[in-house]
Amino acid sequence: MSSRLQISLVAGILIALGLGLALYKKIELGFPLLPGQRQVVWTLESKISFIPAGGPIEISLALPSSQAGWVVLDDHFASSGFGFTVMASNGDRHAQWTRQSLDRSTTLYYKLQIYRADNVGLGGGPVPDIEPPELTTDRQAAMERVVASLQERSSGSVSFTALLLQQLVQEQMDQDAAFLFGNREESKLAVVMDVLAFAGIPSQRVRGVFLEDGRRRQQINSLVEVFDGKHWTIFDPTTGQPGLPENFFVWRRGGTSVLDVVGGLSSQLEFAIVKNTLPIKTVLFMEQQVGEQPLLGFSIYSLPVEHQGVFKGLLLIPVGALVVVLLRVLIGIRTSGTFMPILIALAFIQATLLTGLIIFLAVVGAGLWIRSYLSHLNLLLVARITAVVIVVILLMAALSIVSYKFGFNQALTVTFLPTIILAWTIERMSILWEEEGGHEVLIQGGGSLLAAVLAYLLMSTALVEHLSFNFPELMISLLGVVLLIGKYTGYRLTELYRFRDLSRPDK
Amino acid sequence: MKWISPRELREQGVLGMNSRNVDYIGRSNDRSRYPLVDNKLKTKQMALEHGMPVPVLFGVVRTQHAVQALEQMLEGLEKFVIKPVQGSGGKGILVITQRRGDDFVKSTGAVLNLREVKRHTSNILSGLYSLGGRPDVAMIEDMIEFDQMLSNYSHEGVPDIRVIVYHGFPVMAMLRCSTHASDGKANLHQGAVGVGVDIVSGHSLYAIQHNKKVEQHPDTGFRFDELVLPHWDEVLHLAAGCYGMTGLGYFGADIVLDRDSGPVILELNARPGLAIQIANQVGLRKRLQMIDDLRPIERDVDERVSLAKQMFGVTMV
Repeated sequence: MSSRLQISLVAGILIALGLGLALYKKIELGFPLLPGQRQVVWTLESKISFIPAGGPIEISLALPSSQAGWVVLDDHFASSGFGFTVMASNGDRHAQWTRQSLDRSTTLYYKLQIYRADNVGLGGGPVPDIEPPELTTDRQAAMERVVASLQERSSGSVSFTALLLQQLVQEQMDQDAAFLFGNREESKLAVVMDVLAFAGIPSQRVRGVFLEDGRRRQQINSLVEVFDGKHWTIFDPTTGQPGLPENFFVWRRGGTSVLDVVGGLSSQLEFAIVKNTLPIKTVLFMEQQVGEQPLLGFSIYSLPVEHQGVFKGLLLIPVGALVVVLLRVLIGIRTSGTFMPILIALAFIQATLLTGLIIFLAVVGAGLWIRSYLSHLNLLLVARITAVVIVVILLMAALSIVSYKFGFNQALTVTFLPTIILAWTIERMSILWEEEGGHEVLIQGGGSLLAAVLAYLLMSTALVEHLSFNFPELMISLLGVVLLIGKYTGYRLTELYRFRDLSRPDK
Repeated sequence: MKWISPRELREQGVLGMNSRNVDYIGRSNDRSRYPLVDNKLKTKQMALEHGMPVPVLFGVVRTQHAVQALEQMLEGLEKFVIKPVQGSGGKGILVITQRRGDDFVKSTGAVLNLREVKRHTSNILSGLYSLGGRPDVAMIEDMIEFDQMLSNYSHEGVPDIRVIVYHGFPVMAMLRCSTHASDGKANLHQGAVGVGVDIVSGHSLYAIQHNKKVEQHPDTGFRFDELVLPHWDEVLHLAAGCYGMTGLGYFGADIVLDRDSGPVILELNARPGLAIQIANQVGLRKRLQMIDDLRPIERDVDERVSLAKQMFGVTMV
């Protein structure tokens, strides 16, 4: 019995440790235990990379301020080995990194967390002076004709801009416009600004970032803003639509470029973006505490954003594993492979349950059918599995393309289903089919799917997500629970049915 | 749907899967000894070293290249069995009962040509029938000609006797009869009939198919209540003797009765199933606990068998 005692002791300590840590965070540090009011919080990690050209280096990054309802929760700089200051001059904030010399390419980080408190516009702002562009004679002539043609068809500066952008988006330009925009040395946006300036319309660029969850190398983008004498109107030059796109985080309104690197080559500004649906209170709190509390200094929040995103998924795996263990040990449901259900559940999280389920069933079903044909050909096992993998990839590609053509974008998420898992499922199921019959396939396949769906349902719960990410120490408790389950020697639920014949009513 | 309460199961002393794994397999079986039973070739070699009867080994095919030489290996063999060394659940076993010209006749009556036999062997090597698809080895051994009396209770396959052995004591036994539904395999999952056998007399106690009681063999029609296994004492001694050679505390010995040479060991199983309790209509746990009380004293095979007979006899109703 000593091993049982040992396990109970270890499990008890683990459970107590995990719960204790969580309680300490809750009571002493005031972490909210429940997700509470949730808000989409975006974490942007800006990466400035460059190759030093030799000599002193000075990097200046314009910092965003809270505009258009966006609120900057918190920001951090990483600047090892550089002199660093934040300079403020007439409302503009600039971060400045300096260094005498450097001999290898380097990356500097600036991380910020933002959310949109109110969905409002940019509002009024100072009107910049119009600087007419300097043009060569041929471009001057083309410019005059383009502006004249646009002015003829428009009623004011807003419709002028709308028309101009429409031409650009729909690529229905006359010769003059095509000549102007055809110049490869200048970006199209720069030409748009030139046209507006030439027409005497006050305009400026609004630089910012389109927020997309999980993007790693997002670039900075520009919108165009024009002033009609009373109001500013903003346009997205890629669509020609007026208005501020909802997922556009305004970094800098007007002014010159965001990043200036002196003494460096090939400088680049890239963003890694992670979306969290988080209780604002938690986030605010977390950010205040990370610096002060040594315990939080080792929390997941201190990791780079890109890795936080990975951890968000990773931390859910133990929860799924718990579901599988419970189903197998306590209920006695047979699954094919121990952790295949978790992988399927993770795929469901990416693809959403219903589409994931449909695609999974469709691909596995079709794969089984094809494999049954392959098995008639009497191929070697390895060749057959490989053939199944290839067929599965083809099926997935076909499914994606066909459904995209028919306008079902969800089917594209098929790529989230791990191919190897699908192929292996098909292979296992079909061997099972041959050896044990379709009945066993239904039992094990159904069991796996049931486990996957239950794991998915639990893993996608707001509370579970909140707890697993904010209280990862609960995983230690989970470990203790799993150890205890490992020593469970009672009956499984299914055994109550299996051994039903042994009941003796006469006794 | 009828269920049984956990309390009643406990009272009956029924052993559940979790308890089997933790309390018996996990505690009594040293993992390092599993290969001895999971690998049928090793089991056979070990049995031969210990002088235990096993089916005669004709040859081993280890590489795909060697499959080409199968013809020479099979020369002069009228009847034989090709099986995967690491197969489980009776998968991948090809039983050839006679040769007809260049062709081979299976136990089911189907006729195979040499190419198909080679194909089957090659499939075994590539791991089609082994756990997790691991590459395997095929062995060719003598076909068991089983007792005429037993053939009444079997359809297209070999009926084998499963004896659960706990620390050298035969604890419970059952005869597994293949049926048409089980495709000639003595595997209860697939529809073979399990017949509980009295440890004292070798007399049948109860018979189940698909966990339900049956009175007679579904294909041959012979009644199970008339069944008494011959050579029963030898079977028990053989099963109990395997304890010494494997060092496993809890295992199932699969024994077949050969017409000429009597009981032979077919294979051993370190994780024997629990359906034997249904076939015997009695739980394993109480018997295992009785053995636990006896364990401290070393006993030889004869003592263990006779003690088991004293303890586990079932009064016939």
